Amino acid sequence: MEQQETIYFDNAATTQISGDVLDSMMFWLTKGYGNASSIYRLGREADTALAKARSDIAAALGVQSGEIFFTSGGSEGDNWAIKSLAKAGQAKGKNHIVTSLFEHHAVLHALDSLKKDGFEVTYLPVYENGTVRIADLEAAITDKTALVTIMYVNNEVGTIQPIEQIGAVCAAKNVPFHTDAVQAVGNLPIDIKKSRIGLMTVSGHKLHAQKGVGFLYADKRYKPAPLIDGGAQERGRRAGTENIAGIVGLAKAVVFATENVANKRAHIQPLADKLKHGVLSLGHVDLNGEGGERISGTLNFCIQGVEAESLLLSLDMKRIAASSGSACTSGSLDPSHVLLSMGIPHWKANGSLRLSLSEYTTEAEVDYFLQVFPPIVERLRENSPLWEKIVKEIPFK
Amino acid sequence: MAMMYSEKVMEHFSNPRNVGEIENADGVGEVGNAKCGDIMKIYMKINGDTVEDVKFKTFGCGAAIATSSMATELIKGKKIDDVLKLTNKAVVEALDGLPSIKLHCSVLAEQAVKSALSDYYRRQGIDPVPIVGEIVDEDETDIGSCALAFSK
Repeated sequence: MEQQETIYFDNAATTQISGDVLDSMMFWLTKGYGNASSIYRLGREADTALAKARSDIAAALGVQSGEIFFTSGGSEGDNWAIKSLAKAGQAKGKNHIVTSLFEHHAVLHALDSLKKDGFEVTYLPVYENGTVRIADLEAAITDKTALVTIMYVNNEVGTIQPIEQIGAVCAAKNVPFHTDAVQAVGNLPIDIKKSRIGLMTVSGHKLHAQKGVGFLYADKRYKPAPLIDGGAQERGRRAGTENIAGIVGLAKAVVFATENVANKRAHIQPLADKLKHGVLSLGHVDLNGEGGERISGTLNFCIQGVEAESLLLSLDMKRIAASSGSACTSGSLDPSHVLLSMGIPHWKANGSLRLSLSEYTTEAEVDYFLQVFPPIVERLRENSPLWEKIVKEIPFK
Repeated sequence: MAMMYSEKVMEHFSNPRNVGEIENADGVGEVGNAKCGDIMKIYMKINGDTVEDVKFKTFGCGAAIATSSMATELIKGKKIDDVLKLTNKAVVEALDGLPSIKLHCSVLAEQAVKSALSDYYRRQGIDPVPIVGEIVDEDETDIGSCALAFSK
C-alpha cells in the first residue's frame, strides 16, 4: 500500500474535524457572524444558535442547559473547575484537595499553583493497572477536603477510573467532585447524575470538533466563580464573545459522540485488537495498563530496547503519526509521569508508544502500520546497546 | 511546540554511518544509561597513532543517534592526537545545529569517543586520565541530572 497521506494514530492528542461538524459551522463562520450579545437580528440569531447548542449538549448528557458553560477547551475547564471549587472551599476553611498521580498537566499544574496559595494536595496512587482504588480515596478525604478531582479516562494509557464509585464516596462525604472527561466523551456512556459528578470538563477537538472550544458542566449547586472577568457572557461566569461557530460545531460533535458510543466501539475494537496483537508479537513489548478497564481506542506500549523519539521519527518517515508517553519532544527529558506513576521503570518508559484510534481509522491503515513497524523496531534494536543487554540478560542501570 | 531537527540531523538519523561493532576492537567505550534514555557504545580499531576504523551502537533519541554517527565520521581515519581534540561543539556544527535541550547528546558523543580511547590506553597499561581526561557521564541516581551532568 503506497501511502502519501498521513496515517493518523494520535486521536488522543487531537482529531480531524468531521464533515458534519464543519457543515454545521459554515453558516456561522460566513453569514451568521453576529455578536450574540447584540440586539439586532444578526446578533439575536447567533444568540438563538448558542442557546440551541447549549440545550442540545445538555439533552445529550441528561442535564440542564443552565449547567453547561462554554470554554476554550480542556485546560480552561480543568483550571476553572479546580480553582473555583478550591476558592469556595477556602472560604469555608478547607484547604485540602484529592487527585490522582497521573492527571493531565492542566490539573496537576493548576494544583501546583494552588499549593503556592496554601493548599495541600493528596495524590492517589494508580498502580500497575492505571486505576485509583476507592479505599485510597476514602482514606484520603478529610474534613478539610475542598474538592476531589480525578480524570474519567487517562489520556496516555486509556484506563477508565471508577467514576461512579468515586462520585458515591464524594457524595457521602459531601465533597465536590470534578472529573476531566476529555478522553471519555464518545468512548463511554456517561451518566452524570448517576455518577454524581459535580463538575466535568469536556474539550471539542478530541471529538472531531474544532480546537479552542469546549465546555464545563457544573451541577446547579455549584456556581463556578469566574476565571475570566469581563462581559456578562455565560451568565456572568465566563467573559468573552462567544465562539458561535465553534460552539455549534461542538454541540453537533457531542450529540453525535454520545449517540454513537456503541458504534464507535464496534468499529474500533477489532482494529485495536489487531494492532495490539501485531505489536505485542514483536516480543519484549508491554501493553501498559493492561490489568485495568480500558477504552478501546487508546493503546500504550513499552517497546523494550528502543527509545520513543527514535521510534516516532522513524514512523513519521513512513507518514505515520503517533506519540509516546514521553514528553521528550516537548522540552522535558523526563519520561511520562503517567507511566512512572504506574510503577513502570524509566528504562521501559523511555520506549513508550501510544497509538490512539478513531472511527476514521481503517483496517488498511492498521495493516500498513503492522507492515512498516516491525522493520523499524528491528533496525533500532539492532543498533541499541540496551537491546543487546536485554537479550543477553546483562544487568544494566 | 514541536521540536525541529536540521536536515543533516535527520539524514544521519535515517542513515547513520559506521553502525555496528568491531570484533577484537582495540578500544571500546560506553557512556550513558538506560534510565536516562541514552546509551552510546563506540568501538575503535587503532593502528599506530591512527583510528583506523570506528563503529557505534546507540540507544537513544534522534539527536543521540545522529551525534554518534557524526562523531564517528569526524574521527574515522584521524590521528589520535586529532581525535582527542574532538569537541561536542564540532559535532553540533557538523550537524548544522541541535535544539538546545538536545545539546547534551553531543556531549555524550564526545565522551563516548573519549571513553573508547581511555579503554585503549588502559589496555596498553597506560593511565588514560592525563591524556584523555576524566570521562563525564550521566548520573543515573537522579533523573534530573541525566542532562545536567554535562553542564558542570
